[in-house]
Amino acid sequence: MNTNIAAIDKVLLIFFHGLQNYFLLAGRTFIRIFRRPFYYREFAIQFDKLGFSSLFICILTGLFSGMVMALQSLIQLKPFAATSYVGGMVAVTMVKELGPVLASLMVAGRVGSAITAELGTMVVTEQVDAMRVEGTDILKRLAVPRLKAMLLALPLLTIVTDVVSIFGGYIMSAGYDINPIMYISGLPQFMVFQDLIEGVLKPTVFGAIIAITACYTGLNTKGGAAGVGASAKQAVVLSSVLILVCDFFIAKFFVVFRG
Amino acid sequence: MTSSDSIRMENLSYSIGGRKILEGFDFHLERGVNRTILGVSGAGKTTILKLLLGLLEPDSGAVFIGDLRITGLAESSFMQQRKRIAIVFQGGALFDSMTVGENVGYRLFEEGRLSDGEIVEIVREKLSFVGVEAALNLYPSELSGGMKKRVAIARALAADPDYIFFDEPTTGLDPIGVYNICNLMQRLQAEGKTTLMVTHDLATAFATSQRFTFLHEARMLFEGSEEEMKGSTIPEVREFLEPTTRSLFI
Repeated sequence: MNTNIAAIDKVLLIFFHGLQNYFLLAGRTFIRIFRRPFYYREFAIQFDKLGFSSLFICILTGLFSGMVMALQSLIQLKPFAATSYVGGMVAVTMVKELGPVLASLMVAGRVGSAITAELGTMVVTEQVDAMRVEGTDILKRLAVPRLKAMLLALPLLTIVTDVVSIFGGYIMSAGYDINPIMYISGLPQFMVFQDLIEGVLKPTVFGAIIAITACYTGLNTKGGAAGVGASAKQAVVLSSVLILVCDFFIAKFFVVFRG
Repeated sequence: MTSSDSIRMENLSYSIGGRKILEGFDFHLERGVNRTILGVSGAGKTTILKLLLGLLEPDSGAVFIGDLRITGLAESSFMQQRKRIAIVFQGGALFDSMTVGENVGYRLFEEGRLSDGEIVEIVREKLSFVGVEAALNLYPSELSGGMKKRVAIARALAADPDYIFFDEPTTGLDPIGVYNICNLMQRLQAEGKTTLMVTHDLATAFATSQRFTFLHEARMLFEGSEEEMKGSTIPEVREFLEPTTRSLFI
């Protein structure tokens, strides 16, 4: 009995210690966003590496999810002669929910693992220690440019995903004799300005989650190549779960706020 | 010699996952006295260097750089003191996303006190000192093991430190590479730098140091000169200096 309690105690201690360190790293990184030096070059490199290079997978994700969304909606709406609403349904679903979540999950898989692997390799090859000895604040040098890049890139990628998905929805709708005007005119009936805010706020939060989680797991990597692999896996799983959990709470907040 | 001219550890203990790496460890590195810490692999030699630099936090005891007790302080509080120390890591720890030139000039670029032209001048001078000036625009992945170590030494020299730590500087090098590194260390000492090396390579240790510390099972077992070490009757030290055929098979 005592052994079991001790084991549970140890697990909880490790969990809460990790949780505390996660939030400490997040807090310290956010504070450093506004402190010099700003590492503009590093930010530009990260924005290109994390943001621009994810554009293609976001376009593909948006296109096919928009198409499948329209296809399923049209099948349901046709018996009620309500196919003209398909544009609005695709748009509201994509802008508020699927666009931010799908784009973020794709970026978490692609970029989160890359950040973790890069930082993890730097840790196990003592490059991070070398930077500290050279007088560098590693959060400012390594975490902040990645966080800023994600905070800017993910909302932009989500907007692209949303636009492409609405276009994908139209491609399917065209097969059901819905003209572009009819398709677009359905949008204002389903959406309000607040939905657009929700659609941009979510990826901003998700971008922070991806960057902070990846930096946290990367900078806490232990061991050699196996440790780097384990950290990369952990970063993707953790950030994906956190994205889905936070998505619910942000949606709930907007529902309450909307009244 | 005042305490401001030294780096020291007092009654320091450090463990990882319940395993004791150091226990009640005292160590003193005086300016101008080149030292080597010897011990078998896994004895905790590299850990000592990291503790002295404040990269690791001890379980108990304290580390002093000069008069400042750095244990328990935030890293930003002892950055100035730590700038007196540079380290050459075992694998070089060169930043692989930067060129050799950017690696060597890293601290100077970070500090932002000098113009780019002045920094490039210093970088060329340091690379020339270690004999790899032709590698200025290469990336670390394009260098051999020996070249990486020499570039790491150039990087350590760029900020003109008083102390230079070497973590297994000759491991994995061919005899010519070992000779070159020993030669570089002797030239640095002649220029007034104090070196602290951790190694299990006795030839390099005796060629470059005046004082020796032998580490065994988390404790300092011996401290003294080369003659004292060679004349030591401590069985573990004797075993380390003259490994018997028996030790290969037990």
